[in-house]
Amino acid sequence: MCLAIPGQIERLIPETDLATADVSGVKRNVNIGLVSHEGIAPGDWVLIHVGFALSKVDEHEARASLEFLETLGEAFRDEIAAMTGAEGFSPLDTAERGGG
Amino acid sequence: MRFVDEFRDRRLAQELSAQIARLARPDREYRFMEVCGGHTHTIYKHGIQDFLPPNITLVHGPGCPVCVIPMGRVDDAIHIARQPGVIMTCFGDMMRVPGSTGSFLDASAEGADIRMVYSPLDALKLARKNRDRQVVFFAIGFETTAPSTALTLLKAAAENVTNFSVFCNHVTIVPALKAILDSPDLRLDGFLGPGHVSTVIGCRPYQFVPQAFQRPVVVAGFEPLDILESVRLLLKQLHEGRCEVENQYTRVVPWEGNTKALEVIRNTMELRPHFEWRGLGFISQSALRLREPFSNFDAERIFQVPGVRVADPKACQCGEVLKGVLKPWECKVFGTACTPETPIGTCMVSSEGACAAYYNFGRFTRERVAEAVR
Repeated sequence: MCLAIPGQIERLIPETDLATADVSGVKRNVNIGLVSHEGIAPGDWVLIHVGFALSKVDEHEARASLEFLETLGEAFRDEIAAMTGAEGFSPLDTAERGGG
Repeated sequence: MRFVDEFRDRRLAQELSAQIARLARPDREYRFMEVCGGHTHTIYKHGIQDFLPPNITLVHGPGCPVCVIPMGRVDDAIHIARQPGVIMTCFGDMMRVPGSTGSFLDASAEGADIRMVYSPLDALKLARKNRDRQVVFFAIGFETTAPSTALTLLKAAAENVTNFSVFCNHVTIVPALKAILDSPDLRLDGFLGPGHVSTVIGCRPYQFVPQAFQRPVVVAGFEPLDILESVRLLLKQLHEGRCEVENQYTRVVPWEGNTKALEVIRNTMELRPHFEWRGLGFISQSALRLREPFSNFDAERIFQVPGVRVADPKACQCGEVLKGVLKPWECKVFGTACTPETPIGTCMVSSEGACAAYYNFGRFTRERVAEAVR
């Protein structure tokens, strides 16, 4: 859970502090309340930690960081899998889901 | 070792390695602590120690949020999870952390409704969908994660979601560093400061380390080259007789941190007088609890928790590993009684724990086998 993963903002969701981000191919709504003062727009890259954008990063850093995270293997795959999970699933269902 | 751009990075790594070897005085030992579990993961995964001369040792620190949760808090959370109508939610890494009578995974198998979430916002969503249940979020993490819990609380309060609460176990990094620096059994020559925690708190809070303890700090990124460059910067400071806080990870960490994130933490949480850290014992003002105006969202006030301090299993040496006194493989039960499948201590549970990282990668990539087998 400690990983922060770069994602690219695709769309701001009006009247909320949410945005849709593309994180390593996975689309996920993230909260941009902690970085909104940096002026977030579609196309921007942010570091995402447990569903919240923590900071804005430039594209070069984001891509380099993603490539690095991919080398971590399991820890990175687990994080992406957790991101795609429906909100709240029991550990007892994980076998049917093909892993956490 | 696998690098992002294998060839270019390997050449840069070798260059850094050569510079490090030149800066390190052969007549002395250097012990640098990497505070963050993310760094530990990179160090083992990429065999960083093999790029350093033998008189430089990287010592693993306490910066793994899962690893520092004491058994008593796991027991308290399981107690809450067993109350009628409760849905307990937590990050996936917490599931295997042992309490005195088993883990969340065990409690779940015995009928408690425990669910893994990716984000505290997912726990809040679950509360909105299950108005007849009390949804508790087991909050863990350093300052990297605390703002997420804080914003979720503010949202729950704004929307008046009355069946949502937080069992708060957020900890702060600076008191843990102080405790380590005060510890008599550990000699350290400098610190690799945590990258993502610093995104939130900035670099200023580490200034007590050079000022009061005369040790340099370099806030470091997570890639292999970041770690090597940060070791080089630490050595350069020592070589030049300087001692200060430097930021190697400027591409992500602003000197002042994220002031908005700090503000939401301050508005919702306050320091506890004491908090127990697994292995490190009680550290004063080292953890956060919810402020009074959020007491309706505070699981510790809603539920009567046993709050019993539980000693770690005798065989477990996570405390020594978390303080950097022992290397993972020096623990009596490492790899025998304690493995990632059947962990005795927390350091073997989380992928950021020093023991799990060493168990998964270190044994295979480490060339300094002689040291590993003692």
